[in-house]
Amino acid sequence: MAQTAEAPVTPPPMQDERVGRKSGLARMLARPGTGALAGAIVIYVFFFIIATPFRYASSFSSVLYVTSTYGLMVSPIALLMIGGEFDLSAGVAVTSSALMASLFSYEFTTNVWVGVLIALVMSLAVGFANGWIVVKTRIPSFLVTLGTFFMLQGLNLALTQTITNQVASPDISTLQGFSSAQKVFASSFTIGGVNIRIPIIYWIVFVLIATWILLRTRTGNWIFSVGGSAESARAVGVPVARMKIGLFMAVGLMAWFTGMHTLFQFNTIQSGEGVGNEFVYIIAAVVGGCLLTGGYGSAVGAAVGALIFGMVNQGIVYAGWDPDWFTFFVGLLLLGAILLNTFIRRRAEASI
Amino acid sequence: MTSTAESTQDTQNAQPLIRLSHAGKRYGTIIALSDITMEVGAGEVTCVLGDNGAGKSTLIKIIAGLHQPSSGTYEVEGTEVHFSSPREALERGIATVYQDLAVVPLMPVWRNFFLGNEARKGIRLDIPFMKKTCKEELAAMGIDLRDVDQPIGTLSGGERQCVAISRAVYFGAKVLILDEPTAALGVKQSGVVLKYVIQARERGLGVIFITHNPHHAYPVGDRFLLLNRGRGIGYFEKDQITRDELTGLMAGGSELEQLSHELQGVSGAAGIAEELVEDVAELGLSKEGRHSQ
Repeated sequence: MAQTAEAPVTPPPMQDERVGRKSGLARMLARPGTGALAGAIVIYVFFFIIATPFRYASSFSSVLYVTSTYGLMVSPIALLMIGGEFDLSAGVAVTSSALMASLFSYEFTTNVWVGVLIALVMSLAVGFANGWIVVKTRIPSFLVTLGTFFMLQGLNLALTQTITNQVASPDISTLQGFSSAQKVFASSFTIGGVNIRIPIIYWIVFVLIATWILLRTRTGNWIFSVGGSAESARAVGVPVARMKIGLFMAVGLMAWFTGMHTLFQFNTIQSGEGVGNEFVYIIAAVVGGCLLTGGYGSAVGAAVGALIFGMVNQGIVYAGWDPDWFTFFVGLLLLGAILLNTFIRRRAEASI
Repeated sequence: MTSTAESTQDTQNAQPLIRLSHAGKRYGTIIALSDITMEVGAGEVTCVLGDNGAGKSTLIKIIAGLHQPSSGTYEVEGTEVHFSSPREALERGIATVYQDLAVVPLMPVWRNFFLGNEARKGIRLDIPFMKKTCKEELAAMGIDLRDVDQPIGTLSGGERQCVAISRAVYFGAKVLILDEPTAALGVKQSGVVLKYVIQARERGLGVIFITHNPHHAYPVGDRFLLLNRGRGIGYFEKDQITRDELTGLMAGGSELEQLSHELQGVSGAAGIAEELVEDVAELGLSKEGRHSQ
């Protein structure tokens, strides 16, 4: 996490009337996410050329599906990072939420919607706890959420083992309310012969909502300000603590949503799942132009970052490469995208 | 300057906007500030002068609502207050423009201008209104920005101060606390900031101007509070003190004499030492008669 290379910590140089205006192109390139878009296009073209199946619409639909399962979490993580904090517990929090809904409904033989609501409350509570500890103790969120990450991981494994004597939650597809919940969280439909899974739609909707919140609402203004300079924000009356806790709870909300999709897609949940995904979320947000130091970034950029991950994830399969090389290529391509992103932004900031 | 004379007349009848009486602040066993009495009325500038560590920051924090005084009283418009947050002070019209904390550098100028006081239509930000108002208010203060969408970090230090000042004025501040607004600025930019201090006064605001530069304080100030090591070492109306006396008190006459003695011992520095001695004599530094009240 010590990759500070892509963060232009030094503010842009002072300007006065002797400095000319930046060109429109340079201004566009200076926007967060433009570098990610360029990277996404390069990666798309790359796989389009080398992997024949990648060219079909149905394949791209599954690329989008994989993207959306990560992208649902990338949006709130991007907002949280713009607000100046990290959440390393986000990956396992998805699994915790799904396990909670599943085990509660199964053990008490309730309607699954009861479990779904209990899981929502728990996810929001975990988000609140993360935020509250960060705000009250002023310990870096990296450390606080590293702690909750390991706690949740342990709870997922231990409680599932204790309750079910297995490493996975039991199949809940026979429970009351399952089919309606599945319709909401994990259905699919067909457009022009292409199968579209519902998380893709949710993902796009949530990205648009996150963008709207960031750029068009007071809340968005406050998110940028608490990440950009918490002291300044506090001095002008922005409720910094409430904003940060709220952002952690937004991550909790989307962890719940993603967890519900996973649960109703597969009917059962592996208790060890989700570890490592927190880094995917953070990397996608950074590739998408969010600064590690906070105060800068965009939800659309982060969504493009998630798309890069999705394309690489599926592209390697379509290219017929040995899956053992998967994480290596993911790392390489993400590093390349970050470098490109940084290069373009530096050029844009330096050029006239 | 007739308007200033009038407003001074008015405030003699009315309550001062802010009055501290024998206020002090302790942090554990550290006495950061003790027995400070000062006030500022509408259309007046009270300058707080002191070197580093004199207690200026502590004084601001008390007035701005970040800290409560541990002794003495703090009155706003005649009623005693106990602020528990800067927000409460803001609601009473006490706005603070901090030296470094005034703005969020990566955010556009207009977002900074309205931060914490966003104009909204329903739950949406009223962006066209905010951009237009920001541009107009800054133009009224004499800052013509090409683009209020540029990050405020790209403005010069003086321009940023002015944005922060015009922001406070626009949002109806009655009292403006300016924390070393000219400290990091060049001569010309300092002049620009001082112009806004006077403009704020003309608009009927009370201004508390914190600085360590008597040359900046004297032209704009109506009252001067001098701090040294957490104590008030003088509180003057403008007609009670000259610029040179103020400079002398700030420089600490006895310390200058001491310095000149030390320098005389160093070969080659004798000339400098002589100049210092002359300066001290010229400033008429003496300890009696400097403490009013």
